[in-house]
Amino acid sequence: MAAMTTARPKSGPSEGRPSVVQTFLSRHGGMMPTFAAVAILILLFIGGEIFLRGDFIKPLTISNLLINYAYLLVLAVGMTFVILTGGIDLSVGSVMAFTGMLGAKLLADGLPVGIAVPAMLLGGAAIGLFIGILVQYFGVQPFIASLAGLFLGRGLAFIVSLNSIKVEDPAVLWLQSTRIKVGDWVITPTGIIALITVAIAAFVLHLTRFGRTIYAIGGSEQSARLMGLKVGRTKIAAYVISGTCAGLAGLLLTAYSNAGYPRNGIGTELDAIAAVVIGGTLLTGGRGYVLGSMIGVFVYGTIKTIINFMGAEQAWMQIIVGSLLLLFIVVQRAIVARAEGRR
Amino acid sequence: MDEVRPLLELTGATVRFGADAALDRVDFRLYPGEVHSLMGENGAGKSTLIKAITGALAMDEGELRLAGERVSFATPHEAQASGISTVYQEIELLPNLSVAENVFLGREPRRGGVVSRRLMRERAAAVLEDLGLTLDPASLLGTHSVAVQQLVAIARAISADVRVLVLDEPTSSLDLDEVAELFRVIRELKARGVAILFVSHFLDQVYELADRITVLRDGELVGEYLTGELLRIDLVQKMLGREIGEVRARGRVSEDDAEDGSAAVLRARGVSVAHGVAGADVDLAEGEVLGVAGLLGSGRTSLAHALTGVAHLESGVIRIESTDARLDSPRHAISLGVVYSSENRRRDGIVAELSVVDNITLALQSERGVFRRIPPARRRELAASWVDALDIRPPDLDRPVGTLSGGNQQKVLLARLLALSPRVLVLDEPTRGIDVGAKVEIQNLVSELADNGMSVVFISAELEEVLRVGDRVAVMRDGRIVETVAAADLTTDSLLALVAQPGEGED
Amino acid sequence: MTAVYKHRLFWPIVSLITLIAINAIARPQFIKITMRDGELYGPLISILRESAPLMLVALGMTIVIATRGIDLSVGATMAVSGAVALTIIDGSGDPGNLGTVLTACVVALLVSLVLGAWNGFLVSVVGIQPIIATLVLMLAGRGVALLITGGFITTVNSEPFAFIASGYLVALPFAFLIGVVAIVVMSLVERRTALGVLTEAVGINPEASRLAGVRSRSIIWGAYMVSGVLAGVAGLIYASNIRAADANAAGVFIELYAILAVVLGGTSLNGGKFSIAGTVVGVLIIQTLESSILFLGVSSAQSPVFFGFVVALVVVVQSPRMREGLAALSGRMRSRGPGARNDDKVEVA
Repeated sequence: MAAMTTARPKSGPSEGRPSVVQTFLSRHGGMMPTFAAVAILILLFIGGEIFLRGDFIKPLTISNLLINYAYLLVLAVGMTFVILTGGIDLSVGSVMAFTGMLGAKLLADGLPVGIAVPAMLLGGAAIGLFIGILVQYFGVQPFIASLAGLFLGRGLAFIVSLNSIKVEDPAVLWLQSTRIKVGDWVITPTGIIALITVAIAAFVLHLTRFGRTIYAIGGSEQSARLMGLKVGRTKIAAYVISGTCAGLAGLLLTAYSNAGYPRNGIGTELDAIAAVVIGGTLLTGGRGYVLGSMIGVFVYGTIKTIINFMGAEQAWMQIIVGSLLLLFIVVQRAIVARAEGRR
Repeated sequence: MDEVRPLLELTGATVRFGADAALDRVDFRLYPGEVHSLMGENGAGKSTLIKAITGALAMDEGELRLAGERVSFATPHEAQASGISTVYQEIELLPNLSVAENVFLGREPRRGGVVSRRLMRERAAAVLEDLGLTLDPASLLGTHSVAVQQLVAIARAISADVRVLVLDEPTSSLDLDEVAELFRVIRELKARGVAILFVSHFLDQVYELADRITVLRDGELVGEYLTGELLRIDLVQKMLGREIGEVRARGRVSEDDAEDGSAAVLRARGVSVAHGVAGADVDLAEGEVLGVAGLLGSGRTSLAHALTGVAHLESGVIRIESTDARLDSPRHAISLGVVYSSENRRRDGIVAELSVVDNITLALQSERGVFRRIPPARRRELAASWVDALDIRPPDLDRPVGTLSGGNQQKVLLARLLALSPRVLVLDEPTRGIDVGAKVEIQNLVSELADNGMSVVFISAELEEVLRVGDRVAVMRDGRIVETVAAADLTTDSLLALVAQPGEGED
Repeated sequence: MTAVYKHRLFWPIVSLITLIAINAIARPQFIKITMRDGELYGPLISILRESAPLMLVALGMTIVIATRGIDLSVGATMAVSGAVALTIIDGSGDPGNLGTVLTACVVALLVSLVLGAWNGFLVSVVGIQPIIATLVLMLAGRGVALLITGGFITTVNSEPFAFIASGYLVALPFAFLIGVVAIVVMSLVERRTALGVLTEAVGINPEASRLAGVRSRSIIWGAYMVSGVLAGVAGLIYASNIRAADANAAGVFIELYAILAVVLGGTSLNGGKFSIAGTVVGVLIIQTLESSILFLGVSSAQSPVFFGFVVALVVVVQSPRMREGLAALSGRMRSRGPGARNDDKVEVA
């Protein structure tokens, strides 16, 4: 670069020498809600431990979270992509039911896993693409577009069959029945698939240009466009990813329940959204972490486990999750309001 | 300078929106290593010109040459790739991402397809260092002040191979120290040979920084001048233009009442609004028109907001008739007889999809309350009488207001406010962007209303108009009312001098 | 003639009539109405009766959408309303007592009003996006309903309560009459007060409305309260129909069908101009379509596929891209006058 005048202090207008804490906050301030989710998770564990007199915090309880909620984790990962762009995907529950049915039907018809599983993923991706095109090319609000996807998925699930279809394919059953033990810890192949999904998502979101574009769109679509980022393509891709994840979740849930059932996943989209929001992702987009969504799923699972342990009404589940959602939304609203005040 | 070829040359640029030309055969040139300022009031075509250069808008006619070669950009991104970067007034960056990402987004350094955060941080630090900034490249952009964000935007612009840097009102939300910091950076870039287009409505800043000035008015080129050869007062005159026609001050001036403020209908003392107006005093007598003159950014709109409950008062008191009023909403102000017409007719004025009747009766109906509905026959009668009185065309009561011309939309808005039988009418640029006929009608209407006892605050960027309509004129600069003078004692030139004077404390 | 053609209810009504005509041709008994014991029966009457809950919810949704909002919590509110009413009736010594049933209904509606007020508070005072604000209650509301019923499906045997859904008055189903009353009241309020036009003003341009002195906050808040109460009534009809409070099943997906009905009726999801009559037609279209699908031998469970495509089709037709395409098409035939868009752009400059 060209020569510069040097006789002046090298400091910006408002920057002093920051402390470690300040540096951390300025770099990772957006993680605060995720930390809050971790804190809530820890509190839940401690609470469970106290109420259940030392019978709660043990490897099996924690292992079970992943065994029972692998499908929800995968859904939450896909949902995180969509919410980060500032959108929402209501279709995931019914897409999961549809792909589960589709897979079960194909297997029951004697087709090999090598065809059934890709068909499930493609089925999910296709509905995601449908939603993405409505959103991007026709300017339909994500809520409404994914609503059409929800109807579509649910109806298709029933068109495959009105009743549940049993799955006897050993490869699919193996996914859930295999217990891999590490000491007292247990994990199933479904859990491993879910964790791999999280890992891939984290890599894509943080270390690829596509991932950063997702964040940029959520921050400001207009700015992202002015910066020359590929906004349209990326937004559609987010919905396709969410649809594909729903397809994968269909596989995991089928493995978990040994069957495809057309009524699976009614309202699950709300659970997935709640998990993502509790995990610290802003519903307005642009801020959040896929690892946070994982914490959110664990918070969700832990609450459910505690309620089961206590023999309390399942109704509390919805109320607690709803309240947590409200809490996080209000906190996020405050954060956003503060950020706007600064501008 | 003339031996050097211009780096960027725009000739015959024309941009039309419908029948109106927002830019009419404008020429503009920019040399390497100069700061060139683009001046003009609202609607002069500054933004349109910038958009034409940066590819945000397609020109209907005209050609753009960069380093002698003819170019045309379909998107801002294409312009950027050719070395034309823009920093907008509203920072077009992403507060949710790190400083380094904001500098490099879209062209992140990668290793084997993977974004290298470390490399990105190092390079960002280098670019920032170049601008004399030490800030943590990994910190989130949103955690920094607007000034720093502005500098990061510049860092983004120059981190690519930049030849032309467009700065659109970069200083509007900065304080003095921050402006100084920005100017230091701009001068360095200039020394490196970057051509800089600098748009600002602060005259002091323009005179401090710019080598040359191009003035636009109503979408047309007024001229290009060397800053050293253009007197400030001449610049302002060129920006505001001058209409031919006699300036007729209104006949009646109630100076006695106005001077001591005892009979004031509205009296404001020390009124301040954050980032807008500071310590303004206003006295408005019955039947008086107070013109408000000032350049864009002088605080004229903030003053209107302060008087009408639109903006929250930081300090000061407003007394309407003889009671102190803490105006907390436009509704409250309306209930006290003070009504406001916004300068932004489409955004803050009309309800575009509703009919003329609905728009005219909107405020009156809200004042009466939801359940005391004005009977339909009465509504139509009322609206029809206003359509007739103000000559709103076409005289179709059921037409959606959004389909009317600007002047007629303005008249509908006036009708809405007048239907409230207000005591104080605050009009913010009521004649902006409307045709000459409607303009004169509105000016005459204001005089007529005042003759009938209504008090009016009339804000306009056009000095002739302020003089013609106002009994007294409040001159605003830098958020303050610097002087209030009887219109009869002013000429366009003397008012021009008052408006254009350098602000105190800035030099 | 062109006036009729251009009326925005034209296409919804044409769709409805076409749908009925197709049904009538395919199965002539569709339009047959018989009188038994002074009460009317027949497929058309059933459609009217069964459409009552959706009608009520969609009417409330219309007002909320007119303010640029949306109310996802209506299904949950239905569940709560039914749970409250049946728990009171069940808990009283005399379920067949008219007074008990009336008290139960009034309490249920008051609770619904509170739920609506809660949504309105989050949207108009706290300033949370409507979709998100009402999502909270959509999630938690069912939990509340389950708690009220103690996690069971509360069933009662109460003649007066059963009358709400299955009773007849002047030869017509009572539930349908409730719907009619709601339509009439809403239309009267819209016509006799200034609420309609002020709501539209707030929905179209909130800032201009504020400057004109419109009480935007109260209007938005009120819209959610109306939506809550109407959902409450719908909940009562639903519970009366199955003579039970089923917190898990009551009003599932109804928010989606209600939004669809509003959109089919020509009210834009972007707020502003709304049409009560349009929503009524929209509801009847949905209900007739549902009936037709059932007649085709398609399971009601599969009908969402059709609705999915209907939603997609309607939103695509309403989308700006489509409208621009159509405008460009008609613009080629006749040059456009100085439209609103011109002014818009000038002020940007």
